[in-house]
Amino acid sequence: MGLNELGLCQLVDMLKAGDVSPFEVASDLFAAVEAFEPNIRAYIEFYAEDLLEQTKQLSSNGGYRTKRFAGLPIAVKDNIVVKGKRTTCGSRMLADWASPYDATVVERLRSDGAVIAGKTNLDEFGMGSSTENSAFGPTRNPWNTKRVPGGSSGGSAAAVAAGTALAALGSDTGGSIRQPAGFCGVVGMKPSYGRVSRYGLVAFASSLDQIGPLTKNVKDCALVLSSICGWDARDSTSLQNGVTDFEHAVADPPRTFTVGVPRDLLTMGMDAVVEANFNATVELLEANGAEVAEVTLPHSRYAVASYYTVANAEASSNLARFDGVKYGHRTGATSDLYTLVTRSRDEGFGDEVKRRILLGTYVLSAGYYDAYYLQAEKVRSLITTDFDTAFDRCDVIMMPTSPTPAFRFGERTDEPLHMYLSDVFTIPASLAGLPGISIPSGTTGDGLPLGVQLIGPPLGETIVLQSAAALEQMIGFDGKAVV
Amino acid sequence: MSDYEPVIGLEIHAQLRTRTKLFCGCPAEFGADPNTLICPVCLGLPGALPVLNRRAVEFAVRLGVATECAIALRSEFARKNYFYPDCPKNYQITQYEVPICSGGRVPLGGEGGATVRIKRIHLEEDAGKLLHPSDDETSSFVDMNRAGIPLVEIVTEPDIRTAAHAAAVAQSIRSILRYLDICDGNMEEGSLRCDVNVSVRERGTRDLGVKTEIKNLNSFKAVESAIAFEIKRQETLKRDDKKVEHATLLWNAASQTCQLMRSKETAHDYRYFPEPDLQVLEVSAETVERIKQSLPELPSAREKRFESELGIPEYDARLLTSSTDIADYFELVTRECGDAKAASNWVMSEVLRELNERRIEISRLRVTPEHLGRLILMVKNGAINTPTAKDVFRTMAETGTDPQRIIADTGLGQIGEDAELDSLIQKVLDDNPKVCADYLAGKEKLFKWLLGQTMKASGGRANPKRLADRLEILLEKRRRGG
Repeated sequence: MGLNELGLCQLVDMLKAGDVSPFEVASDLFAAVEAFEPNIRAYIEFYAEDLLEQTKQLSSNGGYRTKRFAGLPIAVKDNIVVKGKRTTCGSRMLADWASPYDATVVERLRSDGAVIAGKTNLDEFGMGSSTENSAFGPTRNPWNTKRVPGGSSGGSAAAVAAGTALAALGSDTGGSIRQPAGFCGVVGMKPSYGRVSRYGLVAFASSLDQIGPLTKNVKDCALVLSSICGWDARDSTSLQNGVTDFEHAVADPPRTFTVGVPRDLLTMGMDAVVEANFNATVELLEANGAEVAEVTLPHSRYAVASYYTVANAEASSNLARFDGVKYGHRTGATSDLYTLVTRSRDEGFGDEVKRRILLGTYVLSAGYYDAYYLQAEKVRSLITTDFDTAFDRCDVIMMPTSPTPAFRFGERTDEPLHMYLSDVFTIPASLAGLPGISIPSGTTGDGLPLGVQLIGPPLGETIVLQSAAALEQMIGFDGKAVV
Repeated sequence: MSDYEPVIGLEIHAQLRTRTKLFCGCPAEFGADPNTLICPVCLGLPGALPVLNRRAVEFAVRLGVATECAIALRSEFARKNYFYPDCPKNYQITQYEVPICSGGRVPLGGEGGATVRIKRIHLEEDAGKLLHPSDDETSSFVDMNRAGIPLVEIVTEPDIRTAAHAAAVAQSIRSILRYLDICDGNMEEGSLRCDVNVSVRERGTRDLGVKTEIKNLNSFKAVESAIAFEIKRQETLKRDDKKVEHATLLWNAASQTCQLMRSKETAHDYRYFPEPDLQVLEVSAETVERIKQSLPELPSAREKRFESELGIPEYDARLLTSSTDIADYFELVTRECGDAKAASNWVMSEVLRELNERRIEISRLRVTPEHLGRLILMVKNGAINTPTAKDVFRTMAETGTDPQRIIADTGLGQIGEDAELDSLIQKVLDDNPKVCADYLAGKEKLFKWLLGQTMKASGGRANPKRLADRLEILLEKRRRGG
């Protein structure tokens, strides 16, 4: 068994004790990438040389041992900028664009002694639920390579599941961390909006985007979150909140807690296997002494419609800067500005991105703004209020992460609406800015992982991680991807 | 009087003199090499985020308070979406539904005409600048140094009725900006930009006509000429029963005409929506109060004080208070010489002439207000006469030297010594024995001729009164056979 198959926390302990060196860990990781990457394609770029070079240097003196990550490699989704490296966002538009600056999360990982391992694949600009929308080809699910890994952080989830990343950062706008974590049998967390700086995350929908960890277990998730969270002067929407240590909270979970189950939302439709697994998880909680309470989230049935209005409106504006004038893809010889911009965008963007830009432009247009954008924002605040009320009765809310296990390639690409509905359980927490985590909760008969999601109140990362750690222990999930 | 009444409103963009840009730490400066004052934020690079410059907010509040606006304790930023190569993100961060200031008025001193209300003042970021090299027809360049410099946009209600009044209102807004020290108001460099909305309606009616917007007005003269041109054009159209089309026009100073920039059909839908990258902009009531207390004396108040306390005529007072620097200069000159009227005359004639000729700001004039005050005193106590003083002033402006030294060095001082005057007179009398004899024989009007000759002999420097006294005395001496 390679060192790359161990958990992050376990490796940190070994590194700090001097049992292994960062170079040895990196070497095993590199070997796994060589072996599995051709089949999985989780990375857009793996920094093999940098990684071996940097860990070799680190290993030559023991300074790394005092740092949180002690020289461990961590992968980041390719919509997070790393200075001097390409940040493609899975788009032809940015195929050759190298960032002149580091994202705040990258700075924080590095100053905590992590080495950036590479950039993982994603749906173009984070728009998708299967990684099929990457201009560089899809990532495959390590549990079954005929299946999608989910998305948009499919590359990060698949890499962690395949052991080609020890941990990875993803970004979640409507479920883009939690849904692929569920599909790939790993832990994925979307923090509260404002908990992690977005500086250096290429924006899809600014009021929803959050960076978060994808890891092998809850403890590792707490370790990564502790590193990347906290107020950042460069992001006006980042929040001042004292809590930055989740490692110790997870080590000492509460004995009892109350889990809310929104039965009204669960009638929205899901596969029988998902429903059975979810009900079994509820029973498991009760059997282990947790309280289960019925809660309602009456407006969350409109969450998908509200989300695709707000997110696309913001996306249409955020993606306007890609015009072929200053950077990114520029079309061949043109005679005028109009053609330069329209053709560059036509060539640079994929179908799903264009579809969302069109939808977003439409809902912001004069005469439609009130009926769509404003209405969607009103629904959004009703959804938020529902959660506030529900949290009067429980510590966390539990739902399946997705209504289905990982689906086959091509199964939903012709039906955008069907694809959008795979986010039905993750979107409500995104709209309300709440922390949510997906942990593995079992497998289907044909060996696909399933996940459950725990959602906490605003800035309730501690209780979310604690209850997730407790549930993780109850479930005792020991499934592994067979690559 | 014409059958039509023009209705005019102004939209003024003023660059704020903050040290850094509105949403990043880059210097907000004019004149640096292209694309040297830039960073990921003002370039709108992927992943970069705006962080609000609180100093710019303070400046906007200062302007709002000075113009009697209501200050919104909670206002919001919005995105204005449009594609243009000088716009780094292809949207501009501005304020839309809730601006920081609303409902004020332009303080106009004296005969400024009707009160002009201010509809709103909001904060926004400036765009970059496109450069079209004359020797290269196929390329354009963009300089992003200007991108992200803070602007306030000041929008007036359509309360203006004449082109001249519009220019006066614009001037008045500029002088407030300068007094508040928040904008240098340089129209040529573009730190102050004035757009105007013009429509005409039948006199006596209340409904507004279709308006046009005129841009590219880089002087107050252009504001006035362009509006006059546009009023005439619209009146002619109406008289011929033709419709005025909603349009944006560009003023062409060379041809003195307005040209069509875009018509209504190509008007933008800016798709405004609240800027999700920024929080609601909060300003505390305490901050507003603190800013209110710290405001300097405004031009209109200063103008009134100059009139009532110093006895300066209204027109002069307005001119003197058009900029803080000139008003400060004038007050220092007055303090030195104790004569406000003389100080006003000197500043308005000689000082302004020097500034115009040298094309400089008063801060760079080499004549200090103390020196000018002393020069005025020397005229008052008869040490020099006015024409001489004007010559001395020119030398002062040239060299920056103290007036006393110039007079001492060049011998320009008046001749007041009896001995010196006497020797001049004796020489004139000796050279003109016949005139002298005729005078003594009773032709008294020859005195004036003799006086003229002696003044001429002094090179105009003789103290006139003293000279006449000595001439009379010396002639009396000759009469008595001295």
